[in-house]
Amino acid sequence: MGIQERLIEDVGLRRGVSRLTPEIIEKIVNAVLKGETGARLKTYAETCMRCGLCSEACHYALSHPGDPSYTPAGKVHQTMSVLLDKKGRVDPEAIYGIAQIAYTECNLCRRCVHFCPVGIDTGYIMSTVRRICHKLGVTPQYIQDTSHSHSATVNQMWVKDDEWTDTLMWQEDEARDELPGLRIPLDKEGADIYYSVIAPEPKFRTQLIYQAAAIMHMAGADWTMTSEPGWDNSDMCMFTGDFEMMGRIKRVHFESAQKLKVKRIVMGECGHAFRSIYDMGNRWDAWKMSPIPVIHSIAYFWELMTEGKIKLAKKYPGPVTVHDPCNVVRGRGLHEKLRELVRFLVDGDIIETASNREHNLCCTAGGGVINCGPPFKNVRVAGSKAKADELKATGVKTIVAPCHNCHGGLEDTVHAYKLGMEIKFLGDIIYECMEKPEV
Amino acid sequence: MNAAYEFVTGPLAWLAWGIFLLGSAFRLASMYQLAKAKDAPSLAFMSWSYSLRSIVNWLIPFNALGWRKSPAMTVATFVFHICLLVAPIFLVAHVMLWDQFFGVSYVTIPDSVTDILTLVVIGACLFFAGRRFLQPDVRYLTTGKDWLALVIVLAPFLTGFLAYHQLLDYDLMVILHVVAGEIMLAAIPFTRLSHMVFAVFTRAYMGSEFGGVRHARDW
Repeated sequence: MGIQERLIEDVGLRRGVSRLTPEIIEKIVNAVLKGETGARLKTYAETCMRCGLCSEACHYALSHPGDPSYTPAGKVHQTMSVLLDKKGRVDPEAIYGIAQIAYTECNLCRRCVHFCPVGIDTGYIMSTVRRICHKLGVTPQYIQDTSHSHSATVNQMWVKDDEWTDTLMWQEDEARDELPGLRIPLDKEGADIYYSVIAPEPKFRTQLIYQAAAIMHMAGADWTMTSEPGWDNSDMCMFTGDFEMMGRIKRVHFESAQKLKVKRIVMGECGHAFRSIYDMGNRWDAWKMSPIPVIHSIAYFWELMTEGKIKLAKKYPGPVTVHDPCNVVRGRGLHEKLRELVRFLVDGDIIETASNREHNLCCTAGGGVINCGPPFKNVRVAGSKAKADELKATGVKTIVAPCHNCHGGLEDTVHAYKLGMEIKFLGDIIYECMEKPEV
Repeated sequence: MNAAYEFVTGPLAWLAWGIFLLGSAFRLASMYQLAKAKDAPSLAFMSWSYSLRSIVNWLIPFNALGWRKSPAMTVATFVFHICLLVAPIFLVAHVMLWDQFFGVSYVTIPDSVTDILTLVVIGACLFFAGRRFLQPDVRYLTTGKDWLALVIVLAPFLTGFLAYHQLLDYDLMVILHVVAGEIMLAAIPFTRLSHMVFAVFTRAYMGSEFGGVRHARDW
């Protein structure tokens, strides 16, 4: 029982560990613990009564009944507790397992917060373990590649500057067939809205940009996108533990909006990017909140709905279930707006999963876990069994999930557990159902 | 025996209370200094209203999701902590000691009731110990520090019960009881029992962050 019995080969972890010596490990672990952590970690380590209440919280633990090494406290027990108890004097092989737990067996979803009477934040502890692993150079290859891309291009997917604007113009061109007056305004100073996306949108979910442009167009929004680096709001560095880069890319993102003197940023349907602007990236840059107002698509679409700016030609056939993405729901309380919006869009009921709203079960893809790539896919899908069971129990055919990573994860879950469900973004449904002028 | 009793209820009691109070104050003060030095991004979000909201909601049995999912543990935890505080504070014999040494007297509860509360504490300790032995997830997590905390808490109640019922050598048991109580007090700032001092702050921070940043319930 425990991580040493389920180690998975990963080039990034293996090469990182091969460069380590016990001396390097001790030095770096203590540098992070002394330099970057304080009373928060210390009190968490000391007041955890090892009561096991959090075992019921974690989808990994629920999906592996009888294996306590997947419980939140069990994972801390195998990672941070070891580093603290041994004062960083651990051998390189132990770091391999520690990194594998921190990067691939915890989604930083924070559901365990609802289970811990003393208020321990396991997500913070796991983030700190990742920070140490990053400093040790032991990170899974796939997610490290996205982090390198952030460093080199300020976007996650190695999208070149000209490819970015080219993609926007291509989508604009396509959309004008359907909606002749549509524009994707670039670098429009003083616009009400700066719309930002994650790099996987131009890379392989291009239809989302098309749909967003169509919705903005029909709503009559005064909006723009930037042609310059900063257009990507995503942040894998936050998840690898590369906080210096996290701060840098977040600053570029905010400043690209400020340069255009826009009133606010509207983010696409992404969970982790939102976490990066209200929780982690902003704090690293010493902003208590984002320096420019930022709202998530859920809130933006909700505004459009309440202002009567989304006119529906039809309703989407329900019933549906709603998947609550951790980073926008437990992270930012958008669950009721999400439901109001879904009720407006869907003809039929919302059949809730057993765990819903802030008590949701994670899709098992978040926190960078899906970004660790194919080596860890089977572990991830196995960890989502609890989620699959809850989805199956709803008996519906449609999942509304306003987050890219959740989509990626749920697609695998739906496939692996033969749930036969479709997964929809809010944008998919709005675009499909809204009134469009005849061409 | 008398001299030993005098010693444990005299100088040793002063020492134990001193370690408990000064030690707790020292730990709180140094933790606050550390928080100011290293946890500014967290400290900035502390809020009275969200802290209280979180504390109150967690003090209601079966209100938080975690309480609801583990009902036996919830009952044991609440009953244990209530009895743990009520029994020693309002025990007639303890109030008499306050009166004898400092002339302070306050309301007491009947010995027959305290006797039951004591048994409840002992029973809860056995329940916790049983979980540490038998429940796989708890056994996996349990360390020496957790057993130490449990034994330190159990000892004064067990010896108190034995002394009250005069089941073994009474004089010896009373002295053991006093010493066990003093060990518990002195251990609070420096063992897992320090959650008595710190948990209110970790809870308050989580409440502040969920209220102020996350706009969601943390229970």
